[in-house]
Amino acid sequence: MNQLSLFGLLGLVIRRDLLLAMRRRADVLTTLVFFVMVVSLFPLGVGPEPEMLRKMAAGVVWVAALLASMLSLARMFSADYLDGTLEQMLLVPQSLSVLVLGKIVAHWMLSGLPLVLMAPVLGLQFGMSFQGLWVLVIVLLLGTPVLSMIGAIGAALTLGLRGGGVLVSLLVLPLCIPVLIFGTGAVDAVNTGMSITPHVALLGAMFLLALVFSPWVTAQALRISME
Amino acid sequence: MLEISNLACVRGDHQLFSGLSFSLGTGELMQVQGENGSGKTSLLRTLCGFMQPAAGEIRWGGRDVHELGEEYYAEMIYLGHLNAIKDELNALENLRISAGLAGCKVDEKEALAALRRMGLRRREHLPVKVLSQGQRRRVALSRLLVGNARLWILDEPLTALDVGAVGLMQELIGEHLSKGGMAIFTTHQPLQVTGVETRQLTLS
Amino acid sequence: MAINWFKYAAPATFYGLAGKMIPYFAWPAAILFAAGIYIGFFVAPTDAVQSEAYRIIFIHVPVSILSMFIYLVMAGYAALGLIFNTRLSSMMATALAPTGALFAFVALWTGALWGKPMWGAWWVWDARLTSELILLFLYLGFIALQASIDDPRRADRAGALLAIVGSVNVPIIYFSVKWWNTLHQGSTIKFSDTSMHIAMKQALFVMLAACWLYVIAVTLVRVRSIILERERNTQWVSELEEIRAGEQL
Repeated sequence: MNQLSLFGLLGLVIRRDLLLAMRRRADVLTTLVFFVMVVSLFPLGVGPEPEMLRKMAAGVVWVAALLASMLSLARMFSADYLDGTLEQMLLVPQSLSVLVLGKIVAHWMLSGLPLVLMAPVLGLQFGMSFQGLWVLVIVLLLGTPVLSMIGAIGAALTLGLRGGGVLVSLLVLPLCIPVLIFGTGAVDAVNTGMSITPHVALLGAMFLLALVFSPWVTAQALRISME
Repeated sequence: MLEISNLACVRGDHQLFSGLSFSLGTGELMQVQGENGSGKTSLLRTLCGFMQPAAGEIRWGGRDVHELGEEYYAEMIYLGHLNAIKDELNALENLRISAGLAGCKVDEKEALAALRRMGLRRREHLPVKVLSQGQRRRVALSRLLVGNARLWILDEPLTALDVGAVGLMQELIGEHLSKGGMAIFTTHQPLQVTGVETRQLTLS
Repeated sequence: MAINWFKYAAPATFYGLAGKMIPYFAWPAAILFAAGIYIGFFVAPTDAVQSEAYRIIFIHVPVSILSMFIYLVMAGYAALGLIFNTRLSSMMATALAPTGALFAFVALWTGALWGKPMWGAWWVWDARLTSELILLFLYLGFIALQASIDDPRRADRAGALLAIVGSVNVPIIYFSVKWWNTLHQGSTIKFSDTSMHIAMKQALFVMLAACWLYVIAVTLVRVRSIILERERNTQWVSELEEIRAGEQL
């Protein structure tokens, strides 16, 4: 029998998760709708004054992205956990970390990428400048994968526990604060005419750090939770 | 070539069993027996490496299973109580994906042949959620036909199967044993393989 | 000495040892606390800029420093428990968490009490205070996770993983919050001048020592209670005097 290479395994897992999501489209859409709703709530809450909204825009979009990501995290492993497929995944004869990375990538494509694509539209609602929108997309593109990666650790630790999404959020949100700070900082920088390089560089560094460590840590967390 | 020495298992607060030792060689079949709650499933899960034993060693081919890690996984198949199949996918997709995750690429012809042998002709392309419990179990079991795992660890494989399927399973296990494989299982239904004496292990 | 260490790593032996050690930490803690309060509130002179309100630092500074220190110690014990499979290490981590959370909470309150006379606001988004708030969330997350898991082994190991990930993140979080704060020109809690009066320094050190001893004493008490709970089905526990006396009631 032919064994899969590591890339083959990665591709198989991503295709599998995407295929499953396509047959269950409602899950993907609810995250996106939640994101749009939360962003739209803010002007209703604080008033429609354009100057204030413009200042708040990056922060609001980022916080909404964080919350929407938290909501979707429980889905990363719970369906597989309940029907026994996760158990089989622990027995993968190649690297479990690569398999987990595949699941994280698929999760990001289903939960994070739609937010990145939707963000410019929402930014326009808040009167953001063109440059601001452009930078927002870049930092969300770098930052949302980090949210998925850190979130995966939380999702793996809380497998099958009561408390569900709230517990995961309690664990993961504090760890995501640096991403929030530099993500919004970049947009503020471009609006005040300063360089965005340090922010983007730091976000890039966090992305790489998460990419290197979180699949392995998540794999260990899965083993701990599945004992 | 599976050697267990002095194995002890603890679940929560109490000890399930201790001082367990046995070995399983090629062509051998072992049934684990015991009352409900005596630790049969825990034993099988410990053999898979999910749980760390409280004491003792598990060796495969002379080497400790926890050191071997992925090499060990490449040579074993575990089928538990849950079917480990996705409701949204059809039988063919399920088989090819589970086999792929277990490290072996299966092309469509092989997969269809396996499913047909399991009695799922004309059901291969239906989403699994419309199949009956017994048919779903057959989809789960079809993984045994692809791949070349030497060690089969089966936790109540006959659940929900009808008489015909039970006979088929006995045949499959017999073929596996004669090709140099080995199997350890638990069951609440009688499972006899012709020409092979089933060794018994009782947990108390 | 290796042999002795592993002997005390058994919960049964440690239970007795901890019980004997508690008074040696509790009494000095109480005495030092009283001394520190005396020096800090009565002996140390009034600060030139901040007048009497500054005295809150004699509680604020020790608890802030210790809240961060406790987190690292907790993560260290948890890591030991994860790597070496020693139950007592994990029990120590679980025992430290509530005190760490309490100290973070007190640091936040005393920070607010300090901020009120200084800037007229109960809360200022000072870099250190904000990091302290995030540290409190990390503690609460650890406690919540362990509380949600019934199986003690899974609870220990999951908590350990979380604590380790958290301790790697703490410097990242601190740095980013500090950067965020300086950019937004927030207020900073500082002293009026860098050279402190000798009595102030004395008071700070004494309070720091008092809090440290308090943490050790309280953690020993708590870990004894955790040991009793986890080992409740073993023989040595049922033979303890306290348990026997309780059964006779």
